Parts: sequence; C-alpha cells; structure tokens
Amino acid sequence: MSAQFATKRLGKELEKIHNSLPPGIELVSAENFEEWQLDIRVLDNNPLYMNQTYRLKFRFGSSYPIEPPEVVFVKLPDRAIPMHPHIYSNGIICVDLLAAQGWSPVQNVESVCMSLQSMLTGNTKNERPPGDEEFVRANRLRPRDIDFYYDDNTV
Amino acid sequence: MSSTAATSNKRIIASAGPEAAPPTPVTTASNGMDSEDDFMSAVSSGDDIQDDSDNDDMSGADDDFDFDDEPDPDLGIHKDIMQRKKVAYDISFKVYEPADIQKQQDVLIDEVNMILDISKEEAAILLRYFRWNKERLIEDYMDKPRQVLEAAGLAQVSASPPKLEVIPGFMCDICCEDEEGLQTFAIKCGHRYCADCYRHYLSQKIKEEGEAARIQCPADGCNLIIDARSLDLLVTPELRTRYHELLNRTYVEDKDQLKWCPAPDCQNAIECQVKKKDLDKVVPTVSCLCSHRFCFGCILNDHQPAPCELVKRWLKKCADDSETANWISANTKECPKCNSTIEKNGGCNHMTCRKCKHEFCWMCMGLWSEHGTSWYNCNRFEEKSGTEARDAQAKSRVSLERYLHYYNRYANHEQSARLDKDIYHKTEKKMVQLQRDSKMSWIEVQYLNSASQALQTCRQTLMWTYAFAFYLARNNQTEMFEDNQKDLEMAVESLSEMFEKPVAELQDPKLKVEIMDKTSYCNKRRVILLDDTAQNLAEGKGDRNLLALAL
Ligand SMILES: [Zn+2]
Ligand SMILES: [Zn+2]
Ligand SMILES: [Zn+2]
Ligand SMILES: [Zn+2]
Ligand SMILES: [Zn+2]
Ligand SMILES: [Zn+2]
Repeated sequence: MSAQFATKRLGKELEKIHNSLPPGIELVSAENFEEWQLDIRVLDNNPLYMNQTYRLKFRFGSSYPIEPPEVVFVKLPDRAIPMHPHIYSNGIICVDLLAAQGWSPVQNVESVCMSLQSMLTGNTKNERPPGDEEFVRANRLRPRDIDFYYDDNTV
Repeated sequence: MSSTAATSNKRIIASAGPEAAPPTPVTTASNGMDSEDDFMSAVSSGDDIQDDSDNDDMSGADDDFDFDDEPDPDLGIHKDIMQRKKVAYDISFKVYEPADIQKQQDVLIDEVNMILDISKEEAAILLRYFRWNKERLIEDYMDKPRQVLEAAGLAQVSASPPKLEVIPGFMCDICCEDEEGLQTFAIKCGHRYCADCYRHYLSQKIKEEGEAARIQCPADGCNLIIDARSLDLLVTPELRTRYHELLNRTYVEDKDQLKWCPAPDCQNAIECQVKKKDLDKVVPTVSCLCSHRFCFGCILNDHQPAPCELVKRWLKKCADDSETANWISANTKECPKCNSTIEKNGGCNHMTCRKCKHEFCWMCMGLWSEHGTSWYNCNRFEEKSGTEARDAQAKSRVSLERYLHYYNRYANHEQSARLDKDIYHKTEKKMVQLQRDSKMSWIEVQYLNSASQALQTCRQTLMWTYAFAFYLARNNQTEMFEDNQKDLEMAVESLSEMFEKPVAELQDPKLKVEIMDKTSYCNKRRVILLDDTAQNLAEGKGDRNLLALAL
C-alpha cells in the first residue's frame, strides 16, 4: 500500500487536531507522518492518576488506518507509566482496540486517546498485569507482533 | 466504560505474525481407493471382495509394500477367514482431496439452505459460526432465529444483492477522500466506505491476518460479517482464490477429526477418528494419496511404534544433547585398521575399506566377520554393573553412554534411509537406461521400487524402535521387543546390501528373486514388530507395560 494512503488520512486528522482536542488530551509533537506524541490526563479525581500527565507515542505504518497504529506509554523524567492491570511497566498496552481483531479503520488518534483516557478513569486496581516482570524482562518483540490472549471484557 | 476499551490479558504469547501459509487447494482427479481404510472396508464388506486371484500367479514379493503381505489364503477358503483380523497398529482413516472437501461443505450448505430457507451465503456463514455442526445450528435456529443470526453476524436479512455505488457528496471515513464519482460500497448495515478502502481492508484481513470466515464490516463495533458474494465483487481473482482457500481451511481446522496433510504442496486432508486421550495407546499413522506417511496425532512423520509423547520427549532430548551427539551422526569415520577416512555412501552397515579391504561394522566398528550371524551384539546395550553406578560421575557417564548408544542407532537409520534413497535414484536412472538397451519392461524393474520403499519404511520404523528402546522398561516384555527389533534390523541390512549391488548384477534373475523375497520378508518383520508392540501398548498396564519405567 502506498505511503500516500496513510499520509492523506493523517493530514486530515492533524488538521482537525490543531483545531480542537477533547479536554485532557494534548498534542506534543507531530513532525512527520510516522510518529506522533500526545499527552493525556485523567479528568476526575481518581486517586491512582491524580495530578499526573502521561505521554503516549503513536507509530503509523503505511497501511494506517487499515492497520492499527502502534501505541505505547513512554517513560520520561516527568512522565510515569500509569498503573493499570492492562499496562505493562515498559509502557506496552494490552488492549483489544489496538490489536488487529479489535481495531476498526474508522478509529483515529483522537478516539484512541479517548479510549485510553477512559480506560484509566474507570480503573480502581493499583496493579500491573500478571506476569509483568517476566514479560518486561523477556519481551523483544514490537507490540504489534505480540499475541495477547484476551480473557475477559469486564474492565 | 466504553465498549472499545480494554480487555484483560491472561497469558502472553509471542508470535511472529500470521500463521504459515496453508496448502493451496487445486482440483485433481480422484481415484479414492488408495487409502488403507477404503481397502479395509472393501475387504470387510464381504459382498464385494476384490478378485484376489491375480496375486497368486506372482511370487507375492513384487508389491507387498502395504501391510497385506501375509501369505495369500488358499482359494476356496471361507470369505470370513479372508477377512483378516485387523492388525493392532492399523487404524482407519480417509483421504480427501480439495474437491471432496469443497463438496462436503457444499452439501451441508445446500441442506441448511433448504431446511432453513436462507440464502447459501448466509447458510455458509451460519455453518462456519457453528463450526460445521449442522444439527446444533438447525436446533438453535429453530429455537431463536433472531439471536442466532445476530450472533453469527447476519443481523438484518435483506434480499437486494450487494453492489458498488456512486453517492453524490460522499466522503470516505477511512481515507477522507471526497472526489466526485468515487465508487463506494456497503453491506447490509449501510456502513459505507470507498471501494478502494474496502479493498485495502479486505486484502489486509485475508493476506496479512489470514482471516476469512469472520471478516466484519470495517465500522467500529459493527459485527456484521462480509459474505462471499460481497467479497467476490470487490477483490482481485488472486485474493478471491486465497479467500476461498482460507474458508476451506476453517472447515478442516474446525473439525477435530480432520487434518491437513503436512507434505509441502499437498492439498489433501485426512479424516481419522482417533481421540487425543488415546494417543498413549495408539500411534495413528496415516498415509496420504501423495504417499506422505504421518502421525495423525502430532503431524510428524510416521513414528511407529513410538507413541507421540515419547517422540516429543526423545526429540527434545536430542535437541538438548545435540552438541554431544553431533559427532556421531557425522558421515565419515576412520578405518579401524589403516585409519584412512571412509565415507559412508550407502545405507548398509557392512563397510569395506577401499584401501586395505578391511571389513567392519559401521555402527560398532567391530569386525564384520564376527557379525554375520550375531548382529545381536550390535543392537542391544548392556547395562553397566551396579558397582559402577554407585559413583555419581560414572552414573552420568553411563547414562550418557546409554543415550548415545540408542541415539547412534536412531541417527544411523535416519541417515541410512537417506542414503538408500540416493542409491535408488541412481539405480532408477540406470534402470531406465537398461530398459532401453535390454528387453526388460518397466514392470520388470518395479521390484527395485518396492525394495526401496520397504527399506525406507522399515528404517523409519527401526529408527523409532531405538527411541522407544531408550525408554523401555526392563521386564519380560522387553526381550520380545528386542528380538523383533533384531530380526527386522537383520532383514533390512541384508536387503540394503543387495540393493547396493552394481546395476549389471541387479539384472541377474537370481538376485532379482532374492531381492523380491527379502523385500517381502522385511515388510513382514515390520508388521510383526508393530503389531506386537501396538498390542502391548494397548493392553499393557502397570509393570506389564513396555514403557512403565520412563513415561
Ligand atoms: Zn476510502
Ligand atoms: Zn457495518
Ligand atoms: Zn499429502
Ligand atoms: Zn505422533
Ligand atoms: Zn582400511
Ligand atoms: Zn556392529
């Protein structure tokens, strides 16, 4: 698929993002059509995430939006990895939405940010996914090449 | 919490992406009678016995590659005696070619199409959703049709066939294109996108994700399934072929009793009723029309008489110990007398040094003259005495030696089978030449083909008898197993030796008869070994089980 395909769509998205973004979501950088960074905040006073801002990194392939983007949380001096049973301590996120079977090509950067924001808002568990330590130590794969086995839809 | 949000994870499995490409179904002519199952049912059906008399004018040795090499019964004997007891290791199975697989699906689709009064496309989607369980589908559908349609992604049933349309003022939500005259497409739910995006989307699903039976509408949260007719309208013929291949795959993969033949380029599937829980008692070897023989339980090459679990352990052990064991499988050794390097270039263990004419055994390097009638010494590993075993170091050395003993013989047969095959290919070429130069007909040289196949199959079995023997418990069953192994091994080695003769000698009618007899004998020994072992596995309990010790 031509890179132009993704570029055209991302151009449109960027135009819209520059105009307006929902509260708690901010564009940090979008210098090309391969990688963007955005900050997200949780808006209510969930004690797990109060007064915290988290950095998201999006990477787009040439088949975007037919293929999902690769989205991870990034650790920086002033940005931690949010505590959540579906977020590994290296920033990899285990969500159906970002996997081939859960992704829809009508999703976009903004809708992904909103879903992740709401995933944090709804969480009460101060814990990492089971097997976090081992996964973080052993994983050499890019997030898109990992098969996560989803076993519930309750969170 | 929004419906698009997270789901939980249980395990993480790393994978390199979509699974390997499946075999490509291509329609080929079917002659349906090649499987042992068909043979068995033809024999046992009683009223339809094939004329056996054409076997009687031959020596019986020419084509006895199958298990049916017992002496032919006297003519005039009762039919129910001819109906031989099924040998213990024999299991029934059926081979299906792509056209058969397609037909089975078509038949089911037609039935559901008629009974439930829905279109064929919808019947196909429902059947796939119910993993081809027609009875359950019909029952559930009769009970609550709306829920069934919804669950299978067929929510709104409408009659109008799918088509491409140009909609004035349309903008595609996927690519953001809005130019005039843009071709668009939507399935029944009405979620409309430009035809290009639809094609990209379908190609991604089919090519990259290997998806076919459950491709949903691209809209977020819409689980309507894209049917074959819509797909055919949109994609290239190449992609369409792939899509139908994948649909075929789901049929085979959804059924526990169906499996693809793993031979490269083979498109057949095998049906076998052996259950997973019985794999410790039976080794379900099946053979495809393409002549590939494999285990229905684990898809590896035929590994009779060893059960799947033993094979798994043995192969893992070999992989773990490969460094130590590597030197053994090397192709060259030094002549024990003159130390010149000797390369093994045939399957036989009887080596003659070209330089000094010293004759020795490839396996134990001992004098061949001491082997002639006592091959025996070379197939059994004598357990070391208990005093030695007390020392931990010695113990580990003994256990390594023990392993190497069996590994050596296992690897040797594996390698010999390859070498026998090489020799056969060379011989085959020369036979073609001889056929042209002499009066020998094609049928007259087929005994070499039979001999070669017997060598291959018997060595394959022998190879696994050594893995089997490694895990063998020492009890009163052991001796019978080792005797059977020894008998087969002796027969195979002597056939292998005859087989290596120069082509000029192979023409000798006397040698030809000898080879034919030996071929028949090898096959017979193999049947006896497999049958005895299979019976023991099937019946053996506690300390009577051959494998009581290890597994
Ligand atoms: Zn489009
Ligand atoms: Zn839809
Ligand atoms: Zn095959
Ligand atoms: Zn197996
Ligand atoms: Zn020598
Ligand atoms: Zn020897």
